[in-house]
Amino acid sequence: MSSPPGEPRKVGYLYILPALLVYGAFLLYPLVRAVHLSLFEWNGITLGKFVGLSNYADVVADAGLRAAFGHALVLIVFYSVLPVVIGLALASVLQRAKVRGLGFFRTVVFLPQVIAMVVVAVSWRHIYAPDGPLNDVLRAVGLDSVARGWLGDYTFALPAVGVIGTWFETGLVTVLLLAGMARIPRERYEAARLDGAGAFAEFFAVVLPAVRGEIAVAVTLTVIAALRTFDLVYVTTSGGPGTSTSVPSYEVYHRAFELGQVGSAAAIGVCLTVLIFVITLGVNRLADRSTA
Amino acid sequence: MKVVALATAALLLTAACTPGSDNPGGAASAPSTVKTDAAAMGDVSLTVWDQEVRGGQAAQMAELNKQFQAKYPNIKLKRVSRSFDDLKTTLRLALSGNDAPDVVQANNGRSDMGEFVKAGQLVPLDKWADAYNWKSRYPASVLQYSRYSADGKTFGEGDLYGMPQVGEVVGIYYNKTKLAALGLEPPKTWADFESALGKAKAAGELPMQLGNLDKWPAIHVFGTVQDKNVPAQQITMLAFGRPGASWKTAENTKAAEALVSWVDKGYFNPGFNGQGYDPAWQDFGKGKGVFLIAGTWLQADLQKALGDKVGFLLPPGASADEKPVVTGGTGLPFAVTNKAKNPDAAAAYINFITSSDAMKVLAGTGNLPIADTSAQQAPAGLAGDIFNAFGTAVSKEGLVPYLDYATPTMYDTIGAALQDLLAKKATPQQFIDKLEADYSKFAGK
Repeated sequence: MSSPPGEPRKVGYLYILPALLVYGAFLLYPLVRAVHLSLFEWNGITLGKFVGLSNYADVVADAGLRAAFGHALVLIVFYSVLPVVIGLALASVLQRAKVRGLGFFRTVVFLPQVIAMVVVAVSWRHIYAPDGPLNDVLRAVGLDSVARGWLGDYTFALPAVGVIGTWFETGLVTVLLLAGMARIPRERYEAARLDGAGAFAEFFAVVLPAVRGEIAVAVTLTVIAALRTFDLVYVTTSGGPGTSTSVPSYEVYHRAFELGQVGSAAAIGVCLTVLIFVITLGVNRLADRSTA
Repeated sequence: MKVVALATAALLLTAACTPGSDNPGGAASAPSTVKTDAAAMGDVSLTVWDQEVRGGQAAQMAELNKQFQAKYPNIKLKRVSRSFDDLKTTLRLALSGNDAPDVVQANNGRSDMGEFVKAGQLVPLDKWADAYNWKSRYPASVLQYSRYSADGKTFGEGDLYGMPQVGEVVGIYYNKTKLAALGLEPPKTWADFESALGKAKAAGELPMQLGNLDKWPAIHVFGTVQDKNVPAQQITMLAFGRPGASWKTAENTKAAEALVSWVDKGYFNPGFNGQGYDPAWQDFGKGKGVFLIAGTWLQADLQKALGDKVGFLLPPGASADEKPVVTGGTGLPFAVTNKAKNPDAAAAYINFITSSDAMKVLAGTGNLPIADTSAQQAPAGLAGDIFNAFGTAVSKEGLVPYLDYATPTMYDTIGAALQDLLAKKATPQQFIDKLEADYSKFAGK
C-alpha cells in the first residue's frame, strides 16, 4: 500500500476549511434548516407544530401546485431548449461569417443578461400591453385579429412569459457557444471540407460534437433559471390570468411572506431544489457519457 | 461523506429547537390603569416604526413628530421609516426580537395584525381609547378595521389594537368634459350610472377603464357592484371572514351577473385582463374613458393629469338619498407592542398623531384625514370632491371592508376568480362557488 506522493492527505481539509466554513454557514446550514422547517406547521412567529411529512403530502395533493410545477416545466422549453437552438444557429453564423466588429455583435446579443430582470419584465409588460408596440406592429400589417392583451390571454400568457425568458437567455447561451467554437482547431474544418462536407454537414460533424460541453453548461444554467423563475412572473402577471402562469417559486414567496405558512413554503422550496438537482444531474450525466 | 456527516450533525443540532420556541405566545393583557399626562411620564425613549415615506405622508409625519417633540421634550422619539413592503417583511422578526420597537404601523389584515395579536405581540388599546375619547371621535365603521378578538381569530370585532390616521374609499372618477359632451349630469342613482355607461358606449366612447393584469383591480370594481346588490351587513361578515354568512346567495350571484353583463355590453376596454393597473388609470388621465372605478389614492395623480376636468363621486344608491355603502378602509393603523417599555407614552404618541389638531395637519399636507373630515377646510377641485365623499361615507357609517381581507388566501382566490369570471372562463355560479369554498374553509362552517 503506497500513499500518493506529497503531504499527508488530512492536511488537505485544513486548506479547504475557510471555504467550507463559508459554504456551510451560508449554504449547507440554510438548506438543512429549510428541510427542518418543512417538517413543521409554523407561521413564522408562534411555536411551530411538528407535522412530519404532511407538508410534502400537501404539495403532491394540491392540484394548483402541481399545475405550477407543470408551468415551470413548460418554461424549460422557452428558457433552455429554444435558446440553445437559437444560440447554436447565431453562434455558428457569427463564427463562420467573418463579420467586422464581432465584439460589437457579441455585446448586443449578451446585453439582456446585464439588465436587471425586473427592468426586463417591466419593459416587456409594456411591449405586450393591449395598445403596446407588439400589437401596434400586428395591426400595422393587418393582423388585427391576432392583436390581444397577451399577458391577460389564457392561451398565450405562459408562452408570452416564456418568450421573455428566451430573449433573456439566448445571449448567455450564444456567448458560451461562441467561446466553445473559437476553440475548434482550424484543421478539423479543413479536413471536413476535403471530405466534401457542406455547411450543414460540417456543423453536425465538427461543431456540434466540439461544443457538447458548452451545451451542457448552457442547459444546466438555463434549466435552473427556468425552474426558479420568480421575478419575471411576479412583475408581469402575478401568476394570472386566473392561475395560468403560477410557478413554484412564486408560491414559496407567497406562502412564506404573505400567508405565513413557513413550513409549507419550505417544503415547496425543498421539492424545487430536489427537482433542479435531479434535472441538472441528468443533464451532466448525459454530457459526460457522450464526451467519454 | 464529509458533507453527509456535516448535514447529519446540523440536523441533530437544529432538531433540538422547534421553530418559534423562543416565542411562547398567548394574548397580551391590557393594563388595569392608564396614564395620559405625557409631560409627567419622565424621560422616555420611544422607537416608532412607520411607512410614511412618500410625499404628503412623509410631510405630515415629520411635522407631527416635530410638534410632539416640542410639546413633550421628555419623550425622545426614535423614528425608523421603511417602505410598505420592507415594513411588511421585517416587522414579523422585529416583533419577535428582544429589541422590538414600541410603536409600529401594522397592516390591518389577518396575516399581519391578526397574527401579531394571536402571538400576543400587540397591546389592546381600549383603556386608552376610553381615556382619550377615541371611540366618540372615530366612527365605529372605521375602528372595526383595527379590532380583533384576543385570540386573533375574529376580525372586525373585539379589542382595539390600532389607530389609523388616514382613510380611503373606492369610488367613481368621471371625466366631466366627456360626460357633458354626452349631455349627462354626474349620476345620482345607480340606474343613472348604468344608463350613462350605455350612452357612452352608444356614442362610441369607452365607458370604463379597467386594467386587471395585476389581478386585484377587479376586486374593487366587483366590490362596488356588490355593494349595490348585497346588504352591507352580509358584505362585512364575508369580507372580515366571520362565520355566519354565505357567498351562495341570490344577491351575490346577481352582483356577479351584473358585472359580467358589463363585459358583454363592451363597457370595458378590450384586453383589460392584459392591461396593467397603472397604464389603465394613466389612459383615463389622458382623457380615454368616461368612468374609472378606483380608490382615493389616485387623487393627486389624476388631478395633475386632468385638472378640473375630473370629478369623484361615491357609488350612488338606488335612490339619491340612500345611505351610502362603499368599499373602503384605513391607512395602516399605529399599534403598541407588548415590548413597549412605557405603553402609556406610546399611547400618548398615538393619541397625538390622531388628534383633531393632527387631522388638520393631515388635511394641510394633502392627506385624507380619517376623522373630523368634514370639519376640515376642503381643498379645491378633485380633492374637494373626495373630502366630501369620504366625509359622507364615514359619518353615515357606510364603509364596508375590502373583500380580500376575508381569509389569508382570499386575495389570490378572488383575484384569480375575477379574472376567470371577466374572461368568461367561469360562470357566475362557478365564481361564487370558488369564493364560498375559500370562505367556508376558513370560517369553518
